[in-house]
Amino acid sequence: MKRLFALIRKETLQIVRDPSAILIAFVLPLILLFIFGYGVNLDSNRVKIGLVLEEQTPDIVSLVTAFTNSRFLDVTVGRDRREFEDELVAGRLRGIVVVPQDFSVRAALEEEDGAVQVLADGSEPNIASFVHNYTRGVVQIWLTHQLRDRGEIVDDGAITVEERFWYNPELKSRNFLLPGSIAIVMTLIGTLLTALVVAREWERGTMEALMATPVSAGQILLGKLIPYFFLGIGSMALCWIVAVFWYEVPFRGSFVGLLAAASIFLLGALGQGLLISSASKDQFVASQAAIMSAFLPAFMLSGFIFEIASMPEPIRMLTYVFPARYFVTSLQTLFLTGNVWSLLFDCLLAMTVIALVLFLAAAGKTSKRLDT
Amino acid sequence: MIFRGRLVALIVKELLLLLRDPRGRVVLIAPPILQLLIFSFAATLEVKNVSLVVYNQDSGSHGAEIVHRLSGSRTFTDIAFVDSVSALRPYIDEQRAMAAVHVPGDFSRDIESGGQGSLQVILDGRRSNAAQIVNGYITQLATGYGQELQLSRGAAASPAVITDRSWFNENLLYLWFTVPSLVAILAMLVTVIVTALSVARERELGTFEQLLVSPLMPHEILIGKTVPAMLIGFAEGLLIFLAATLLFGIPFTGSFGLLVLSLLAFIGSIVGVGLFTSSLSKTQQQAILGTFVFMVPAITLSGYAAPVENMPEWLQLANEINPLKHFLITIKGLFLKDMPAVEVWSNTWPLLVISAVTLPVAGWMFRRRLE
Repeated sequence: MKRLFALIRKETLQIVRDPSAILIAFVLPLILLFIFGYGVNLDSNRVKIGLVLEEQTPDIVSLVTAFTNSRFLDVTVGRDRREFEDELVAGRLRGIVVVPQDFSVRAALEEEDGAVQVLADGSEPNIASFVHNYTRGVVQIWLTHQLRDRGEIVDDGAITVEERFWYNPELKSRNFLLPGSIAIVMTLIGTLLTALVVAREWERGTMEALMATPVSAGQILLGKLIPYFFLGIGSMALCWIVAVFWYEVPFRGSFVGLLAAASIFLLGALGQGLLISSASKDQFVASQAAIMSAFLPAFMLSGFIFEIASMPEPIRMLTYVFPARYFVTSLQTLFLTGNVWSLLFDCLLAMTVIALVLFLAAAGKTSKRLDT
Repeated sequence: MIFRGRLVALIVKELLLLLRDPRGRVVLIAPPILQLLIFSFAATLEVKNVSLVVYNQDSGSHGAEIVHRLSGSRTFTDIAFVDSVSALRPYIDEQRAMAAVHVPGDFSRDIESGGQGSLQVILDGRRSNAAQIVNGYITQLATGYGQELQLSRGAAASPAVITDRSWFNENLLYLWFTVPSLVAILAMLVTVIVTALSVARERELGTFEQLLVSPLMPHEILIGKTVPAMLIGFAEGLLIFLAATLLFGIPFTGSFGLLVLSLLAFIGSIVGVGLFTSSLSKTQQQAILGTFVFMVPAITLSGYAAPVENMPEWLQLANEINPLKHFLITIKGLFLKDMPAVEVWSNTWPLLVISAVTLPVAGWMFRRRLE
């Protein structure tokens, strides 16, 4: 027991004395939360478009007003479509709306091929579909108003749809991105940092020195894991405080659930870090392996930003292997929905299984080396 | 001649260090290609294979038609049916369905009597981005059916007043967006770590002191560290570029010469950032973690994960020092838009400025260590 404490003390001192560990555990999370809080907004709400008026007709004035009043569009009005086309190539505009000569309400109604042309920048498919939807909405509403003003009866359609967004009625992408980013931070601490720390011991030969001492392999592993475990939990606590108090993300779940999910995830991440470092024993290779097997999957394959259901079948299967997938779901549910135990239980179980496998593999790898 | 001989020797030594170790070689080639394969398909903001839960309380034909059309849609691959409103909740809560559709009991009756049938849709706000798109699909499908009904009732058809097209990527294929972006991101990922480690490793092992006491001048050491990193990063970029065009068949409409020049400028700026990080760190661990503090914001703010124009003004301004943001515009432009040289230049000179600042600062830091 005494030996274990000595190891933990040594490891903790190493963390406290190395600014880079503090950087990754406390400064990077703040930067990340800051970026996801302010920088990443998936709801395209001010799309820049150019509006080309080939001729001034009386009906156009109200159409232009309809466009400039839209809160989803940032409209520049011009007369020549060629200058806008160059802007589209440069990426400074995302779409061009061309109102042709002789445009009028009548013409709009009778023209078969459509009276207004919309060109979107297809190199940004997501924004392009926003351009199409927003411009369509503006023109449709404008046309309905025009027809009403002329005393024509406009039917509203036989079916209406009432939609309700549960758990995030204001549709803030921040509300699901900030909880998800906790998974990224903990992946970096659990896997990358641990992999580097242990790989360094191997690289410098201090691991052999440790093994020559009376401490057992299990104690060495525990001595490494415990300080980094608490570092990870501390970092999560910081993220939680910033998300809830600064960004006002709701937290509807329980701390027990959060702590359980975070602990199990962190154990898996630490096991993965140990496995990587024991297998590579070199900081460069270990860092690349950690990025590839932990950081990038946590970013791309976890449902954090990109919807898992939309991925092709083989990649969807692959996401089940990475614990980040379950952790992101747990975090988003705990923050926004509450304690959905049936869902949380499945996630916790999956993470436990993955953590056990990783740990057994890491322990096997490490103790084997002790014998040789 | 002596000068060049020394420098070449240092460059050769650096390249050997990276390429001699078989694990190091594998790490330089296999992961980027694998990542390109996995992430280009994974990183999509499209919405497909949506699970839906339906409560059809309506006994009339219109409710049945709506349900029939929903199950016929390719977007909704998995539809569950329940028979009470309260049974909808667990489907949403447990994420077994992204959306719930409730057809109320008077739906068909309202339509038949000439009024409006009202459909209720509940969506999972935990995934509000995808949920909004799903809501769009359902609304489009339902109102489309509503318009057909109106036509059959003899009302005026709503005119199609818009023709919309998309340039550069007519079918809005998401892959055409992700793959060119990943060429830049993956090249950056490898380059920045290789560079950051090149000095940090020597410092950790103590061989940097030996380099410093050798006849090499500090600027020669700097060049000797820059050139191999540039070569590796450039080769990496070209390799991924080839994979993008040959493996994925992404059209490359621009000029290859411009690509080479802008890629060199981009790699140069990344090497600058890497060496700068390296000059700040004493150990490899610090160097790697330092590059993360650069890379994570650089990728998130680059316009790859979310559009740059959605960011607040001041953040867009700060983003000007992000080399990836500039190069993403260029590489997507060159791939899809046949971007002219003028535009390539206007997104390339900021990269040169970044290298012109980071490289001398890194050199100055190295020299300071010398004293």
